Amino acid sequence: MALLVVEDLHKRYGREEVLRGISLELEKGETKVIIGPSGTGKSTLLRCINRLTEPDRGRIWLDGVEVTSPRTNIYRIRSQIGFVFQDFNLFTHLTALDNVALGLIRVKRVPKREARERALRELERVGLADKADAYPAQLSGGQQQRVSIARALAMDPKLILFDEPTSALDPELIGEVLEVMIELAEGGMTMLVVTHEMGFARAVADEIIFMEHGVIVEQGPPEVLFTNPRVPRTAEFLRKITEFYGKSG
Amino acid sequence: MSLSDWNTLVQGVPTLLSGLWVNVQILLGLIALGFVLGILIALVQVYSPKVPAALAVGYEWFFRGVPEMVLLLLIYFGLRQFHVPITPFIAAVIALGLRSSAYQSQIFRGAIQAVGERQMQAALSIGMTRLQAIRYVILPQALRLSIPPWSNEFSSVLKDTTLASAIGVIEVFRKARFIVGRNYALALPAFMLVALFFLVLTYLGNWLLGVLERRYRIPGFEMRGAGERF
Repeated sequence: MALLVVEDLHKRYGREEVLRGISLELEKGETKVIIGPSGTGKSTLLRCINRLTEPDRGRIWLDGVEVTSPRTNIYRIRSQIGFVFQDFNLFTHLTALDNVALGLIRVKRVPKREARERALRELERVGLADKADAYPAQLSGGQQQRVSIARALAMDPKLILFDEPTSALDPELIGEVLEVMIELAEGGMTMLVVTHEMGFARAVADEIIFMEHGVIVEQGPPEVLFTNPRVPRTAEFLRKITEFYGKSG
Repeated sequence: MSLSDWNTLVQGVPTLLSGLWVNVQILLGLIALGFVLGILIALVQVYSPKVPAALAVGYEWFFRGVPEMVLLLLIYFGLRQFHVPITPFIAAVIALGLRSSAYQSQIFRGAIQAVGERQMQAALSIGMTRLQAIRYVILPQALRLSIPPWSNEFSSVLKDTTLASAIGVIEVFRKARFIVGRNYALALPAFMLVALFFLVLTYLGNWLLGVLERRYRIPGFEMRGAGERF
C-alpha cells in the first residue's frame, strides 16, 4: 500500500461541489505537484487530507491507517502530516525557535531543553539558525515560510503538504523557499505540493496532477505533461501558466 | 469652613481610607470573577456548538442589560429571601462580578476573533487539540490584545464598587456620607477627597496595565500607543 492513499474524495460547500471524486496515491519518498486554476479545490483537497476540513465522502489512508475513520486519533495523524500554509501562519507571539519547538513540547511531550535543541537543528536545516530569537514580524516572508517548514519538519512528519507555499512571497524571496523544498524532495521527504512554480515541478516532481472543477483532469510525469499531454485542456493551462510565471518558475 | 470642620475632616481620613480598602477588595473580587467567567463566556461564544453559544449570548445579554443597582438588589435580597446566608460584601462581589463578566466576555471575544482562525488552523495542523491551541496559541495572543479595552472595564468597575453601599456595604462612599451627615459643611471637601482617591486608584491601575502591555509586547508586531508617548 502506498504511504498516502486518497479514494473518491468529495467535498461540497453549500451548493458548490468543490471536490468531485478525487483519488490519488503517493509512495514514500515521492513528490507530487498539484496544479490547476484557482477555485478548483486544490487547497480543499490538501485540507481534507489531514481533516482540517472534513470531507463529505471518500476515504484516506496514511501509512495503512485510515485517516477518515471515526475511530482514528486525528490529532496523532495530524502530528504526522506537516502542513505549510500559503501565508505561513507562524505563531506571532513566539520566537522562531519556540514556533518550531511548540509542537514537540506540547504534542510530542519532548522535554523543553531537548525540544529547543531539536528546533535549533531544524532552523539550521532551513538556514535560519541565526534568526532563532527573532519574532515572526521581524522576519521577511521568505524567512517566515522557511521557519514554518522547520516547524513541520520538527515533528518528523511522514508527509508534508504544501499549500501554495510561495504565492504570498515577493518574487525575490521565492527562490530561498523553493531551494529548501528541493533539498527536502531530494532528501527523500514525501511531499504533496500545490504550486504554480513550474520550474520546481519540472525539477523535482515525480508526477504532476492537473486538477480542474473538483476532478483530476490528467496526471503524469512532468516530461510527459509538459511535452505531450493527453488532454488539450492540460496543454492550454500549462501554456498559460508558463507564459505568466515564466519557464524557470 | 471653620478650623474644627477641618479637624473633623482630617480625623475622618483614616476612616475613609479603611472604607476605600473595602472598595479595593470588592474590586479585586469582582474583576477576578469577571475575568475567569468572561474568558469562558467568550470561548463558548466563539468555539462551542450552537446551543451553548446561544446560552452564552443570553447570559451576556441579561447581565449587560439589567441596571447594576437592580442586579445588586436582586442578588442580595433575592438570595436572602431563599435563606441563603449571604453578606452584602459577597453579594456585591457576585453581582458586580457577573455584570463585569458579560462586559469582559465581549473584550475577550473581540480579541480572540482578532487573533483569527488561521492561528487555530496552524495549531491544529501540528497535532494540537482545540484546548491546547486555545491555551498555548490563541489566549496568549488574545490576552495581549485585550489589555487596552480591558483598562476601560477596569476604570469603569472600579467606580462601580461604590454602588455596594446601596445594599449596606460600609465602603468609602458610605463612610463619606456618615461624615457629611454629621456636618454638612464637609460635603464638598469630603466628596472631593473620595473623588481624589478614585482618581489615584484609576491612575495606579492603568499604570500597572501599561507596564503589563509593554512587558508582553510582541517584538516587531506593535504600534506605539498613547500610553508611551506621555
